[in-house]
Amino acid sequence: MTSNDSENKGYKSYLEEDGGRKGIFKWILSTDHKRIALLYLYSMMVWFTVGVVLGLLMKLELIAPGQTIMGPQSYNATFTVHGVIMIFLIVIPGLPAVFGNFMLPIQIGAKDVAFPRLNLLSWYIYVLGSILVILSLFGNGPPDTGWTFYAPYSFKTGTNMLPAALGAFVLGFSSILTGLNFIVTIHRMRAPGMTWFKMPLFTWTLYGTGWIQLLATPIIGITLLMVAGDRILGIGFFDPAKGGDPLLYQHLFWIYSHPAVYIMILPAMGVISEIIPTFSKKTIFGYKAIVLSTLAIAFVGYFVWGHHMFTSGMSGTALYTFSILTFLVAIPSAIKVFNWISTMHQGSISTDIPFLWAASFIFVFLIGGLTGLVVGALATDVHLHDTAFVVAHFHFIVFGGVGFAFFGAIHYWFPKIFGRMYDKSWAKTGWIIFFVGFVTLYGPMFYLGMIGMPRRYFDYLDEFHGPNIVSTLGALVMIAGLLIILTNLIKAARHGEKTTEMNPWGGTNLEWQIPTPPPLENFDEIPVIEKATYKYD
Amino acid sequence: MSDTSHHIVPYSTYGLILLLLLVLTGTSVAVTQIELTKWSTAVALLLAGTKSAFVLAIFMHLKFDQKIFRIMAVLIILLLASVIIITFLDYAFR
Repeated sequence: MTSNDSENKGYKSYLEEDGGRKGIFKWILSTDHKRIALLYLYSMMVWFTVGVVLGLLMKLELIAPGQTIMGPQSYNATFTVHGVIMIFLIVIPGLPAVFGNFMLPIQIGAKDVAFPRLNLLSWYIYVLGSILVILSLFGNGPPDTGWTFYAPYSFKTGTNMLPAALGAFVLGFSSILTGLNFIVTIHRMRAPGMTWFKMPLFTWTLYGTGWIQLLATPIIGITLLMVAGDRILGIGFFDPAKGGDPLLYQHLFWIYSHPAVYIMILPAMGVISEIIPTFSKKTIFGYKAIVLSTLAIAFVGYFVWGHHMFTSGMSGTALYTFSILTFLVAIPSAIKVFNWISTMHQGSISTDIPFLWAASFIFVFLIGGLTGLVVGALATDVHLHDTAFVVAHFHFIVFGGVGFAFFGAIHYWFPKIFGRMYDKSWAKTGWIIFFVGFVTLYGPMFYLGMIGMPRRYFDYLDEFHGPNIVSTLGALVMIAGLLIILTNLIKAARHGEKTTEMNPWGGTNLEWQIPTPPPLENFDEIPVIEKATYKYD
Repeated sequence: MSDTSHHIVPYSTYGLILLLLLVLTGTSVAVTQIELTKWSTAVALLLAGTKSAFVLAIFMHLKFDQKIFRIMAVLIILLLASVIIITFLDYAFR
């Protein structure tokens, strides 16, 4: 046994501490941040499966022109519910709720978050919001507005739009409370010596994200209430017939929903900033530049929402202001990519599975980011707006960004969280199949958009057929990879080889200096931090 | 951790602020009778902002809190003000 081994140290891990409760109650009544993180993980796995199945159904419909497996109304409902589930139930809460909850207190040397009960309440609110979203599938038929709930259609459609919007409204409270909890935890509970510029970069991104969650989310809440007001009471905020303005809806919606993209992507960048130095065995390049670019993205990200509305009829002044601001926000993102690559340069790289996810993240994020500039430019956006190009760009950023970072994170922190190790060769097999499938699925959609195929149509012209076949085949390959990855992880969590190794990857953060799996309150004694993290000899 | 002293605000101050808020609410309603055209939103926001400032400063004790919290509050207000101004780059020039 080495000093890296936490076995026989006479402690009980958080998985063994049940608080005197039995069965499911030791989970749903626990205020331990680690158990709450796993509650989120398991809930999200269920919704993710539903979202993936809906996505696959859409691709199967698009494998040939004309009606293949569903009609137009079913297709509209499928892309709406797919979007609502994936955005509001998976990618917005995803990384902060699962890995933020688990790792943030440990990374700053705290025993829990600042408000543990509020943390558990956030999960209950999340479940309530999820149920409302799922309820929208029944009754008058699933909503068909798209996940953006654009007015005036959203207050006129006869489908179940209200439960879905109410679900998104309720989920917002979960997001706000989690953000608040993280901000207070970081401000008040850092261990002695854990100064701001010694904090791990994942924690920094959670801090930036927390502020966006806190300040931007109420706006979507109010906006959805206004839609409900229009729909139920006929007030007319967004109804041109009553002097309202549909563009006001788009402004309000995107004032939240664009920063929400940064709620999704900032923690993903944090995960990559953790994985790359660990597997390059090299101090992160430009720590302060990464921190400042995180804050810059969080700040500038508030002011770029109008780039979703370039063809909606905004004033010329607004158009070029938003376009310039959009180009500005690319700069801090590019700084991060530069720093990750520079960290790898001359590093002692080991191509373990978390590193492979991180490296492929950079690849897809670069494509997603650069194509974002294509639709961020006024002239090209007129051509590409509402085409398959936008869907490809969006999925390269959101699924490519958040999804790849999520899988990187779960493979990176898995042994710490579960005290077990997955099969590494199956993990690599799953990754390569998923990666090839991902690029084959979304890559052709860039081309389809450029030659004019609109998004959100169940049918298309014959000239779009070939790339659509390739795209659907890509979806099948990607799902095969996904099944391998998930099976491997689920099997490992239940029956994988047990490990008590504290630091299997040679990381430098505090989570690698406590036992595996961590004890209930993480630390026997609050540590005193003396040196900066990411220091490799 | 108790590193802040609790400031006791007399009830008379609360009463005064309440009165002020009611007057400002009345003013908000009254100005809707005046045709301010494109300035109507700015005036409404100014009055609402003034009311919020009193609530934050006195009822929520920001006036007596640490400087860092006052700075944070001001920054957040500036952020929201910027969002509103940028929105009006559309409405004012459409």
